[in-house]
Amino acid sequence: MSGPSKYQPSSAVGKWFHERLPIVAFAKDHALDFPTPKNLNYWWTFGGILAVMLVVQILTGIVLVMHYTPQTDLAFNSVEHIMRDVNYGWLLRYMHMNGASMFFVAVYIHMFRGMYFGSYKAPREVLWMIGVIIYLIMMATAFMGYVLPWGQMSFWGAKVITNLFSAIPFVGDFVTTWLWGGYSVDNPTLNRFFSLHYLLPFVLAAIVFLHIWALHVVGNNNPTGINVKGPQDTLPFHPYYTMKDGFAIVVFLIVYGLFVFYGPNYMGDAVNYVPANPLVTPAHIKPEWYYLPFYAILRAVPDKLLGVIAMFSSILILLALPWLDTSRVRSGTYRPIFKGFFWVFVVVCIGLGFIGSKPPEGSYVLWGRILAFYYFFHFIVILPLLGLLETPKPLPASISDDVLAKQK
Amino acid sequence: MKKFTMLLIAGLVSFTGASFAAENATPAKPISFSFEGPFGTFDKAQLQRGYKVYKEVCSNCHSMRLVAFRNLADHGGPGFTEEQVKALAATFTVKDGPDAEGNMFDRPGLASDRFPSPFPNEQAAAAANGGAAPPDLSLITKAREGWHGTFNQLWSNIGGPQYVYSLLTGYEEPSEEIKKETPEGKHYNPYFVSGHFISMPPPLADGQVTFDDGAPNKVDDMARDVSAFLAWTAEPKMEERKQLGFMVLIFLSVFAGLMYFVKKKIWRDAH
Repeated sequence: MSGPSKYQPSSAVGKWFHERLPIVAFAKDHALDFPTPKNLNYWWTFGGILAVMLVVQILTGIVLVMHYTPQTDLAFNSVEHIMRDVNYGWLLRYMHMNGASMFFVAVYIHMFRGMYFGSYKAPREVLWMIGVIIYLIMMATAFMGYVLPWGQMSFWGAKVITNLFSAIPFVGDFVTTWLWGGYSVDNPTLNRFFSLHYLLPFVLAAIVFLHIWALHVVGNNNPTGINVKGPQDTLPFHPYYTMKDGFAIVVFLIVYGLFVFYGPNYMGDAVNYVPANPLVTPAHIKPEWYYLPFYAILRAVPDKLLGVIAMFSSILILLALPWLDTSRVRSGTYRPIFKGFFWVFVVVCIGLGFIGSKPPEGSYVLWGRILAFYYFFHFIVILPLLGLLETPKPLPASISDDVLAKQK
Repeated sequence: MKKFTMLLIAGLVSFTGASFAAENATPAKPISFSFEGPFGTFDKAQLQRGYKVYKEVCSNCHSMRLVAFRNLADHGGPGFTEEQVKALAATFTVKDGPDAEGNMFDRPGLASDRFPSPFPNEQAAAAANGGAAPPDLSLITKAREGWHGTFNQLWSNIGGPQYVYSLLTGYEEPSEEIKKETPEGKHYNPYFVSGHFISMPPPLADGQVTFDDGAPNKVDDMARDVSAFLAWTAEPKMEERKQLGFMVLIFLSVFAGLMYFVKKKIWRDAH
């Protein structure tokens, strides 16, 4: 895709180094010269935004760990020590806490963008699947991070989620005890979650590298969904997309900053400012907002084991998405019927999130089941059939043609 | 297809309304405080009065473990001077030790001490209070919600200080019917977060605390002052946060503007 390297070492030392480790050439080819479709819109900037958020989370997290104590009697107070006594500790902690939410805001937009423009279709199946794995690890990391302040929702959230594994036939109880490191959520659980919460972001960084590698093998998809046909369709990544992504990143940071500085606890749960108490169950146990759609699917199924299977399937089904969508046309722009179903699917996901935040009673139960059913129906029935039945609109001849036509 | 989407949205919206009614605690009284909004700051005189209410009333049963006396002189707080803090810390008795002989001993509080708790442990606190331990007040205004709803909380905050105010002023003489339901030793308060019956008897009475600045001291006034004080104990860096946030957002906005024009210039000849 990227062709022969344009890097020419300009000094003798540079040449000597290049012959031994061509890392400068690699950086130049992939971060500066990489040919990128010229028609990427702002929905494509969320990849860069996500990279920035991962770095923000790792940096703030490393400093927070310098002041945090992973011990059940001390954890809650050590977080408050950060908030009260550590220089700018409140800033680090609020950045990290809201950073997790903003990370998920960005990843959801990034995923829906991929779904709308068919970025998972050949030849980008592996790129997409690596993305799904990143998303899974993100969820695990965020879940374990939420346990660390050892507030009421930390404790009870950990209890509910780890209890899901007890639904596994025959070995369920054994697995749960093994996860806990004891017979309930306690100090060993907190310690291992802390260890893994520190480890997983670096695993994530490594898999993000694979994600970008896979991206650079096949090249970016684009809003028309058609292939790049030649140099007239592309621009070098720098300065065009470094500037466009950079601008979007700064705008995203403004939104992030509004939450950090003016509504730092808006996305959290007030109950988590009460220290964990194994003897008092909070009135409504609910996870952070970014898990709510899956929590709704879990509760939509009356049977515990089947509920757990449904919840995990609702994420794992994304791995099969490249083969469930039978349409040859990538971009939703040229698929009039798909477009409608896409937006219904977005509304269904938001609806599931809403149901997940409510107690499972009254009409919420019925709506939860309808929406959960539709979630799977979209993937298993609508997408395969649509590809066969729908007549797509004519595609532009090339990316460059499309850009020029739009400029008129 | 559009019709179906609209139907779905209509369905979702229709039961959003119903969901607010389902929450059992009465929403807090929506009073306003000086520290609300992006530029809101604490009213120092109010925090000092609130401190006095805490000291003379609340602290008999409620701990405030996370706050140190020295915090009372911190920037963005009640604005006591360091001398005042030393003097008021000395009015508390703090358990210290062990000394060289291995004995624990009592001494007057120092500015570096945290507020001593009225009971040695939670069991003692519960035993002395009819089985319900009074919660620690350091974070109480962040640990309670005044009202619910995704958008409601976005525009009006979560209402923790309003919750405390409403609870303190919300004791009512129950109707005959409710009286029959009231468990022994509990008090009717529709604002209480878990059920309407609270163990704490009405803590404030008109004129109970006399303020040095001669400010009014009806139950309503004292409740406002102590709620504001507890808003500060829960979020002592609030003023610093808002001030820094303002500068950061100004910087980012200017930076975004410059980035936008540079981006436009670079992209002008792209096609």
